[in-house]
Amino acid sequence: MDMIIPGSAQDLCDAVADALREGARLEIRGGGSKAAFGAPRDARIVSMAAMAGVIDYDPAELVLTVRAGTPLADVEALVAGEQQMLAFEPFDHGPLFGAPAGAATIGGVVAAGVAGSRRVTAGGARDHLLGFTAVSGRGETFVAGARVVKNVTGYDLPKLMAGSWGRIGAMTELTLKVLPRPRMAVTVAIEGLDCCAAHAAMARALGSHADVSAAAHVPKGPDRARAITLFRLAGFPPSVEARAAVLPVLLADHGALRRLDTTEAAALWHTAGAAAGLAGAVLWRLHLPPAAAPGAVAALEPFGPRWSLDWGGGLVWLALDDETPAAAEQVRAAAAAAEGEAMLVRAPASLRAVVPAQHPRAPLVAALEERVRRAFDPAGVFEIGRFEIARSGG
Amino acid sequence: MSILMPDPDQAVLARRAGIAEALRGIVPGEGVIDDPDALRPYESDGLTAYRQPPMLVVLPETVEQVSAVLRWCHAEGVKVVPRGSGTSLSGGALPLADAVLLGMGKFKRVLAIDYDDRVAVVQPGVTNLAITQTVEERGFYYAPDPSSQIACSIGGNVAENAGGVHCLKYGLTTNNVLGVELVLMDGEIVRLGGRHLDPCGLDLLGVIVGSEGLLGVVTEVTVRILPKPESARAVLVGFPDPESAGACVAQVIAEGIIPAGMEMMDRTAIHAAEAFVNVGYPLDVGALLIVEVDGPAAECDYLIEEIARIAGANGAVTSRTSTDERERMAFWAGRKAAFPAVGRISPDYYCMDGTIPRRRLPEVLRRMEQLSVDYGLGVANVFHAGDGNLHPLILYDANKPGELERAEAFGNDILRLCVEVGGVLTGEHGVGIEKRDLMPVMFSETDLQQQQRVKCAFDPKLLLNPGKVFPTLHRCAELGRMHVHAGQVPFPELPRF
Repeated sequence: MDMIIPGSAQDLCDAVADALREGARLEIRGGGSKAAFGAPRDARIVSMAAMAGVIDYDPAELVLTVRAGTPLADVEALVAGEQQMLAFEPFDHGPLFGAPAGAATIGGVVAAGVAGSRRVTAGGARDHLLGFTAVSGRGETFVAGARVVKNVTGYDLPKLMAGSWGRIGAMTELTLKVLPRPRMAVTVAIEGLDCCAAHAAMARALGSHADVSAAAHVPKGPDRARAITLFRLAGFPPSVEARAAVLPVLLADHGALRRLDTTEAAALWHTAGAAAGLAGAVLWRLHLPPAAAPGAVAALEPFGPRWSLDWGGGLVWLALDDETPAAAEQVRAAAAAAEGEAMLVRAPASLRAVVPAQHPRAPLVAALEERVRRAFDPAGVFEIGRFEIARSGG
Repeated sequence: MSILMPDPDQAVLARRAGIAEALRGIVPGEGVIDDPDALRPYESDGLTAYRQPPMLVVLPETVEQVSAVLRWCHAEGVKVVPRGSGTSLSGGALPLADAVLLGMGKFKRVLAIDYDDRVAVVQPGVTNLAITQTVEERGFYYAPDPSSQIACSIGGNVAENAGGVHCLKYGLTTNNVLGVELVLMDGEIVRLGGRHLDPCGLDLLGVIVGSEGLLGVVTEVTVRILPKPESARAVLVGFPDPESAGACVAQVIAEGIIPAGMEMMDRTAIHAAEAFVNVGYPLDVGALLIVEVDGPAAECDYLIEEIARIAGANGAVTSRTSTDERERMAFWAGRKAAFPAVGRISPDYYCMDGTIPRRRLPEVLRRMEQLSVDYGLGVANVFHAGDGNLHPLILYDANKPGELERAEAFGNDILRLCVEVGGVLTGEHGVGIEKRDLMPVMFSETDLQQQQRVKCAFDPKLLLNPGKVFPTLHRCAELGRMHVHAGQVPFPELPRF
């Protein structure tokens, strides 16, 4: 496959200029952990792998500046060494596509807006990208945002860039807000709740003084005799213990709580937050108003899905064996009925060729979004057909 | 006053009566104001050094009216300046002589509250504090708390990405808004975001928040509400100088504590505040820190002890911990009254808003002192110490010829200094007109043009709040130009503007 590996922002500008001249389109790739996401396409790959490394990290300022191709695992190890963390809890998509973990890059997880269980209370990638340097579809290097935690100077382009999937530019450097890692984290759980009760328990916990940092639910399944609803309490030990004492009272009518050991807890959070172990050819994630989650899951029950809830119900992971477009339509309809959205994460190429990965936007919003993309990429050099079915051949 | 606004369009001014009549056809009754005396209350916002009565004021009551007003103005080439409560400190709502001022004050309804999903849906004219007041009976609140929260509207907060003293822990407006309904300059109504997190597609909501009224007019806002912390405690610590206070702040954060608020005041600000509110601030210290923690009582007790220990290790000379709510509020009373308090020791003051990396604080304060000597104007410092957001208050007397201009020049030098040490022009007040001409200090022409192209995607005729944020107005056609090779535009099937 055609692949370019720029070593500098200038190389990247040259790659864009070449593509403009030659009529080629560019797929910006971090580690390729999400390469199987979106419609099949045949674009020229620009690998960011050679643009890696830390530029500046001052833990007391809560700010980290890093090159886009730096492996996520390296960034996490670096900040963990200073008792800090990426609060949006990004995760590696590789295993979801049958690849080993380790390929994900910091640029990739931010560009894809990847956030884990803590998203519900700590914010997403969008909330932690303070600034960036990028190369636009005009082949120009530009910066936006800044390297301080509080800034409103100019448009908040980092918000646009986070979750843009490489469609408005190729980030070369990212400045991220980092936060202290909690000194203690415990997971307490209730077993045996159905989806409705689990949502109710999570909503009550998230709306309480227990200050849970994450709440998730894994139903019973082939390898799990009873459903389990998880609550994470994190912070300084006296605070965690005080809040751990609040939860059993708060949730007394839902059942008894037990504290999980760290291994069991980690595996369950991995399932709820990153769909680990949700087998099925087709994997969806539904972003919903949390209270709508039980209804959406019930509506899709006929497909016999494997599923889990995170973000207090605001995220439903849903794995199906049914590879037909008709089933996909049902998932989209259930998400829309819940006033939410459905994203197709994993599917055979045949399905990805006909079902767009992202939930369709209202026509006026789609048109506005297209105008904004053209503002960064007037010639469409980053329009590789990953998200727009009609153009997948172009 | 050194900021120049674009020359008014005489052809539009000549049509004033006809424009008023047409807009009365959309917003009947008293919703269109054209009497010169009645326009006067709208002539400035919180940046009161700048005044300009608008051509007309329109006060719509429905989204349909907003849409029709914008559509009509778009078709007729009439500029529009949106306004919430008019508390902007950067001139974001400063009227233009040839523009319609679109006041959103009649959008005052709370539309829905959902405690299960922890969201409130409100109209943009609802005040920041009113959201909290609406949900507090159920133990919830809306976290961002700009000092003007009693008056400022949530629509204005969205436009300015307002912050407040608690935003180190709880985020700015942008981190607490889930969705908006927005009317574009051509009258189109779009909904961005909703009650769910991380919608598919470009985060257009993210760029609307903080866009200073240049991209669209917000007609509905969905915000996150949070359970009110069980308790809060504050500690008031005096240091011999700002350097040791700054070292304390750095160590608090380095030890993993993110306080709910962490505010610093310098000697001038301490004295002004104490004289104004008499809350018992120590007067023989060089810097005062207020550190507030919130959460379960056990957490507050633990953190207050930790913070007292860290303060002691960094040379604190006085320390008082709040024992009840009354005392905690008293600690804050001085800080919250710092601006009016400074207003008592100086006929006028000019509030700056830069952010710096905290580690550069001693150097920045030293150089600011030198600038103060050079300009012959006093300065009082209050700042959000946790996130490095400085609010130097420059003391001047507008009645003395040349002092306002000197204060502005002093302020500009402070902001250049903030950028020079790795910081930014504005941490929470916005660029508006105030810092517009300094934008090139922080951004290259390429960077600014890229931002302006986003403006063009929303408002290609540049009719919405022109003259703000960007120092140079480029026509969108000019910005859209690309270097074209061999006369061929690549991918001709893609739409362009």
